[in-house]
Amino acid sequence: MIMGEQKPLEVILGMLAPYDKIVLAGCHGCVTVCRAGGAKEVEILASSLRLAREAEGRPLEIKEVTLERQCDPEYLEPMRPYLEDYQAVLSIACGAGIQFVAEKYTSTVVLPGLDTTFIGVTEKQGLWVERCQACGDCVLHLTGGICPVARCSKSLFNGPCGGTTTDGRCEVDKEIPCGWMMIIERLRSLNQLENYRKNLPMKSWKTSRDGGPRRIAREDLME
Amino acid sequence: MKTASRLERVFDEGHFAVTTECGPPRGSDPEVIRKKGELLRGSVDAINVTDNQTSVVRMASIASCAILKEMGLEPIVQMVTRDRNRISLQSDILGAAGLGLNAILCLSGDHQTFGDDPDAKNVFDIDSIQLIELVKMMRDEGKFPSGKEIQGPPNLFIGAACNPFAEPFEIRPIRLAKKVDAGVQFIQTQCIYNLDRFEKFMDEVRKLGLHEQVKILAGVTPLKSAGMAKFMKKNVAGMDIPDDVIQRMADTPKEEQAAKGIEICVESIERLRKVEGVAGAHIMAIEWEKMVPVIAEKAGLLPRPDISVPSD
Amino acid sequence: MILKAFEKGADGVMVVGCLEGDCHYLSGNLRARARVGRVADVLDTIGMGGERVAMYNLSAGEGNKFALFATEMVDKIRSLGPSPVNVARKSRKQAPAQEEK
Repeated sequence: MIMGEQKPLEVILGMLAPYDKIVLAGCHGCVTVCRAGGAKEVEILASSLRLAREAEGRPLEIKEVTLERQCDPEYLEPMRPYLEDYQAVLSIACGAGIQFVAEKYTSTVVLPGLDTTFIGVTEKQGLWVERCQACGDCVLHLTGGICPVARCSKSLFNGPCGGTTTDGRCEVDKEIPCGWMMIIERLRSLNQLENYRKNLPMKSWKTSRDGGPRRIAREDLME
Repeated sequence: MKTASRLERVFDEGHFAVTTECGPPRGSDPEVIRKKGELLRGSVDAINVTDNQTSVVRMASIASCAILKEMGLEPIVQMVTRDRNRISLQSDILGAAGLGLNAILCLSGDHQTFGDDPDAKNVFDIDSIQLIELVKMMRDEGKFPSGKEIQGPPNLFIGAACNPFAEPFEIRPIRLAKKVDAGVQFIQTQCIYNLDRFEKFMDEVRKLGLHEQVKILAGVTPLKSAGMAKFMKKNVAGMDIPDDVIQRMADTPKEEQAAKGIEICVESIERLRKVEGVAGAHIMAIEWEKMVPVIAEKAGLLPRPDISVPSD
Repeated sequence: MILKAFEKGADGVMVVGCLEGDCHYLSGNLRARARVGRVADVLDTIGMGGERVAMYNLSAGEGNKFALFATEMVDKIRSLGPSPVNVARKSRKQAPAQEEK
């Protein structure tokens, strides 16, 4: 799922300085699961912002709303009736959601309350870690189900480099396990080390974001 | 096809080769690199020039190499994939050859986190093994990866690095085999302090027959002090400095530690020279270039063979 | 919600949980402590002061201790004075003419 992290409160307060009536919009999608932009976070952020602004003597009126998803047009519609009563929307969905709000409501100021960080998994309660960089050309069948693009700090296709520490960590950060060490261990346990023996050729990054904004068009699903 | 590389000639004539490296200046003064070159003249067969090592910004490797070349020295251009995409790499490969450089060392490069600009966007469009393949394709097939023909292919002797001491240890000979498959012709290893472990690595290398397909130069770095040894062991990933080496340094009075470091380095070269499959020594005296002739002399590596390289 | 209490005009909030290691909901009291910590961070960031919220642990039979903790908390909040939010609200009420809009 897509992970996000709330921007620091002081940064959000700075963005909101010109306004005194806003909509704070959360999302029931990915950012609810990673506890950054769901209904509960809307409630906490709204309280924090109101308190801060009251203490400054400039109260902020906030309409709290959490949409089913901000990345689908039909779920954005419920905001339409009341939106013109407010000066801005502070969205704590992912970057896609925030942009879609801006796109659908062209005359409304839309502000990001969240930094979208990565596509990842919940390793355990409270710990989310990146797994995929959406490069658009999956090679997991060759690398034991562990991605060299996302898991190696240099995205090497023929690793590991010389920077693996004695305990199998990446020299960049001891919190990062060496992706290639994991790939090799996994290939060995699957009896697939011959996959490693072959050099992987230069990757085409055209399917990654280097080819510009990407799209998937499914004729069979379009109306 | 043979290149005009002096290093390649040295190997071909059966000599034990000696290379070294020097870091370009943190500024634009060419005198810095000329001084280093002068110190090294006559003591080595070729001089690597690092490419923004540890992601610390320095004068371009290609430019520094051109300055050494002008002095009649034999530089090896180091090229990392960290900062260049394949377009830029191809262009720089042509540029290096165009300046009369004869050898290239293909590297991925230290991660930018360690250097001046941790906020930089890294590139890593391709990796070091793919860079070897790229140079080889351009040289031997006379073609760009796009399939277009090269007018005047770059005739470069192709090298790469190898760290026998980084985990996972048992995969390192296999990774070397991957580089050999890619077309590498010479290898310079990470600094060797743990000779027992290096000899075990070479056992595996010989089992795979790699020593017959690639010239391996054993990397050595003289320790300046016990403090430096401890620092490197602790802070440099894949740097294996055994306790007895550190102890030997620590047991020496401070003012004599530098000399002890040289002594250990010379001993290492003498032992490494006897290891089957080691074809040369790569002496990396980090910001201590003046010691390279001393080490070469003491290790009995002088004089260097007089190779007349055809002028290009 | 602790922040709601501050919005409603509390100058301080005392959260009381059961003894650590003795929670009916296993780790509920530990999580509560962590949340109190987050609220304190928010209060610090917005200039209200993180010391206005505190977590205490008690068992059901410790009435005296509860009284002691409560007095301690009340004394602390008294010494801090009314929260900046309450101060701002009061001054707005006293000078309604100056209020914008």
